[in-house]
Amino acid sequence: MKYIAKSTISGLIAGLLVTGGMLFAPHDALAWEPKKPVDFVIMAGPGGGADKMARLMQTIIEKHKLATKPFIPINKPGGSGAEALIYLNSAKGVNKDHTVMVTLNSFYTTPLRQPQLQIDISTFTPIGRMAEDSFLLWVHKDSGITNVTEFVKAAKAKGNNWIMAGTGKGQEDSLLTSFLNSAYGLKMKYVPYKGGGRVAKELAGKHADSTVNNPSEQLGFYQAGTTRPLAAFTPERLPLFPDAPTFRELGKSGMVYFMQRSVVGAPGMSKGAAKYYQRVFKKVYQTSEWQGYMKKKSLRGEFLTGKKLKEYWVTEKKNHAKMLKDIGEI
Amino acid sequence: MRRAELVMALVMAIFSAYLMWKSAELPIGWIPGEGPGGGAFPFWLAGGMLLCCIAVIVRWVLRASPPSRSTEPYMDRHALQLFLVGAGALAVLIGSIHFIGMYGAIPLFLVFYMRFIGRHPWTTTTMLAVVTPVVTFFFFEIVLRITLPKGYTEPLFYPLYDFFF
Amino acid sequence: MEILSLLTDGFVIVFQPLNLGLIILGCALGLFIGAMPGLGSVNGVAILLPMTFIVPPTGAVIFLAAIYYGAMYGGAVSSIMLGIPGASTAVATTFDGRPMALQGRADRALITAATASFIGGTISVLLFTAFAPPLAAVALAFGSPEEFALMLLAFATFIGLGGDDIPKTLFSIFIGLVLSSVGLDIISGQPRLIFGDIPGFYHGINFLVLAIGIYGIGEILWTIEISGGEVNVAQAKLSFRRMVDGLRGMKSLLKATIMGSFLGYFVGILPAAGATPGSLMAYGVAKATSRKPETFGKGNPEGIAAPEAANNAASTGSMLPMLTLGIPGSPTTAILLGGMVIWGLEPGPLLFVEHKEFVWGLIASLYVANLFSLLLNIGLIPAFIWVLKLPFTILAPMIFILCVVGGYAPTKDMHDVWLMLIFGVAGYLMRKLDYPMAPVVLAIVLGPLAETSMRQSLIISHGSPMIFFNRPIAGTIMIVALVLLFMPAIKAVKDYLARRRVSDPSA
Repeated sequence: MKYIAKSTISGLIAGLLVTGGMLFAPHDALAWEPKKPVDFVIMAGPGGGADKMARLMQTIIEKHKLATKPFIPINKPGGSGAEALIYLNSAKGVNKDHTVMVTLNSFYTTPLRQPQLQIDISTFTPIGRMAEDSFLLWVHKDSGITNVTEFVKAAKAKGNNWIMAGTGKGQEDSLLTSFLNSAYGLKMKYVPYKGGGRVAKELAGKHADSTVNNPSEQLGFYQAGTTRPLAAFTPERLPLFPDAPTFRELGKSGMVYFMQRSVVGAPGMSKGAAKYYQRVFKKVYQTSEWQGYMKKKSLRGEFLTGKKLKEYWVTEKKNHAKMLKDIGEI
Repeated sequence: MRRAELVMALVMAIFSAYLMWKSAELPIGWIPGEGPGGGAFPFWLAGGMLLCCIAVIVRWVLRASPPSRSTEPYMDRHALQLFLVGAGALAVLIGSIHFIGMYGAIPLFLVFYMRFIGRHPWTTTTMLAVVTPVVTFFFFEIVLRITLPKGYTEPLFYPLYDFFF
Repeated sequence: MEILSLLTDGFVIVFQPLNLGLIILGCALGLFIGAMPGLGSVNGVAILLPMTFIVPPTGAVIFLAAIYYGAMYGGAVSSIMLGIPGASTAVATTFDGRPMALQGRADRALITAATASFIGGTISVLLFTAFAPPLAAVALAFGSPEEFALMLLAFATFIGLGGDDIPKTLFSIFIGLVLSSVGLDIISGQPRLIFGDIPGFYHGINFLVLAIGIYGIGEILWTIEISGGEVNVAQAKLSFRRMVDGLRGMKSLLKATIMGSFLGYFVGILPAAGATPGSLMAYGVAKATSRKPETFGKGNPEGIAAPEAANNAASTGSMLPMLTLGIPGSPTTAILLGGMVIWGLEPGPLLFVEHKEFVWGLIASLYVANLFSLLLNIGLIPAFIWVLKLPFTILAPMIFILCVVGGYAPTKDMHDVWLMLIFGVAGYLMRKLDYPMAPVVLAIVLGPLAETSMRQSLIISHGSPMIFFNRPIAGTIMIVALVLLFMPAIKAVKDYLARRRVSDPSA
């Protein structure tokens, strides 16, 4: 994958653009400011990864007084994010300038899987990509499995009795499970649970044989020595888990996958408003709190905004369409 | 009461049938190796609703349940009037929130209910009609930061937001 | 004895002026949030989370825990006074709390609720202090099959709750379960029962919308009809003597309270279960073991003591898996968990080692928050009683407004407010024809958990229902649940046979 090189370059360009933008900042500040509290829609339920991150952003905005009006979080998890997308799509009048949303990969998959919603994500206003979350393959320590070869052997032996726990069907975890099944000729059984934290617990309680959790979801169990990462779906090893090789090292170069943590604005948002939010979230990204959080939870990725972010969405949407087609979901 | 019992059972039977039809959009059978499909749970339970409605109707024919024996009216004229005023006022309250917002609808509703139904003096009525929305505003919008709908009155609140945030 | 010294250190932290102030503020705020129909501890904690960034993490979690506790106490207030459960955890409290208020014994009901909450909270905090780590292992052992068995048990303890008309009771259970399945089918990831493609149905039918509709709007419409729209409904009385009598009366409720505390605590520990099933089961068990089960639902204070002790105990219980495993036992602890992440604390087994002052400060704050909530609650009873004495034509529109605002606040969607009106009117019309309403509300709370856990289990077992029986914990609970479920049927058959023997002289 050319992923890394591309994102570095795009990051540089984005950085330049933003630095350029900052010179004009005082001038722009006069142009537009929110008139009322901003609806900060979260495309997931309370307590999940996206929710925690959104509340962290809100807290940073309040603590550093980055915005003149409060950002008010609203959870709209309905229909794998369908409800949130419809909400943004139908924002009218002044609300178009006062509605932003924290989004993840269901931003691509939900409109693809439910075409009747008639959501075109290219109409949404790009605000900023705050981070990309990584995925690893996890097993319980007591399984005695220490590497992917042993994992494949054990999973093959158990056939479709091997339980892979994950979040909702058609979402990230199930895509990765299909990856693994086809790459290694496995028949793992996929069991959907509500939320990544719950999935992590199913593994720790030995109700599941393996999971593909984000680092943040398994960190507690990992540090206590209950669970073990076998390999990462990243281009290079994660600093937090230096012993876990990447699937690329193991010869599966196609197995790289990330979860975006981005902020989008309602379609048809005015230019001034978009600029305002882009600046707010750029500042959030630069705070020591956000940087510290990214480091601790093994998040990666530069701040992307504007055109670059739109291009990123186009590529990712194409990738997801292909993945969903491969597993027969669309 | 006897007629109402039958009408309710029939309406609910139709509603159950609708729910069954709607649930059947997803597989309602047993998927081998996976258990029941996505529509099975609501489909069979709606089926249970339908059976219960039939049982209610059978008991109606047999006059086995108290309402099917009752000769009292389901709602006399006075009760119907009270019900229509109560539920109607509430519907108007909710409907008007879309246009004049929570802070326009609440005082109007209070004035209507207290003055014209409760016959309280104007002083009490006015006082509560003013105090309630103000307290609501402070508790919800300022302390808890829950914005309530404002409809077309939204621009009137911009100076308040500027002042408090 | 190490625990005792750690706990003492914890108390030293709590009695710092800043932390003590935060507890008092948190309890008071929580009480008001909890007493508001529609808003419960989840909303309170979620909304005030960002404000905690200005104090150190220990102070922040103490503040949020105080709100959590305050809201649990407050939930009982709206259940008793208005008959509207402010949160799903307080549903069981309405069953006897509302009748008591209507009989003019609101003061007694409120005192019972507050005292039982205090006892439940205290017992659970003691259990928490003594046995945190070993109980965490129990929580881990709970998978989907165990969860399904537990849900079935919760249903079973409630089988006797419906009215006398069996088809109508069953109808109420079924319609509640069907309504609970609206929204997303998590197993297949497909939207389900989206009536008329209205986007508001994507988030499902919120328990609160149904409860506020039926118990708030439906109840007021009912009262308007009964009273002819004129008189005061609740004859509330209050005097110092009555309050002392109320406290004395707790002695006879001790059995129900202690049972509720233990049950609530253990159910609260289990992930995903939380305080709601705990309080419902406590009510069911209290009724089953009471000497006068027929008075339940007609204003028996035992029916308040058991669920209130249980829901407070469960809220402490659900902090245990959160702290030791990083798994939230309830929606509120899910938000608290998010808070810990923001403050830079990593929940998990190591938290007890690496952040001792945080853990023990939190535990000590639970003791203090509990005591303060009790005092605040009892102190405010005169104010609550005064509200009940208002003329009905002032109270009714105020409750209507509370319902509308409370129905809107959790999801910020007018769709839910309309739905609430529909449920209120339909509930009122059906109630007049003896359709019982409590089973609908219970079904919508327990339905989603039961369905998901059942289907997860069946996927794991390739469709074989034996999975519910051949695992030791699941199997045991399952058998108890089935016995309880079929008990009324067996009893009915027995009665029938006995009657036949009497009427048939040839036998």
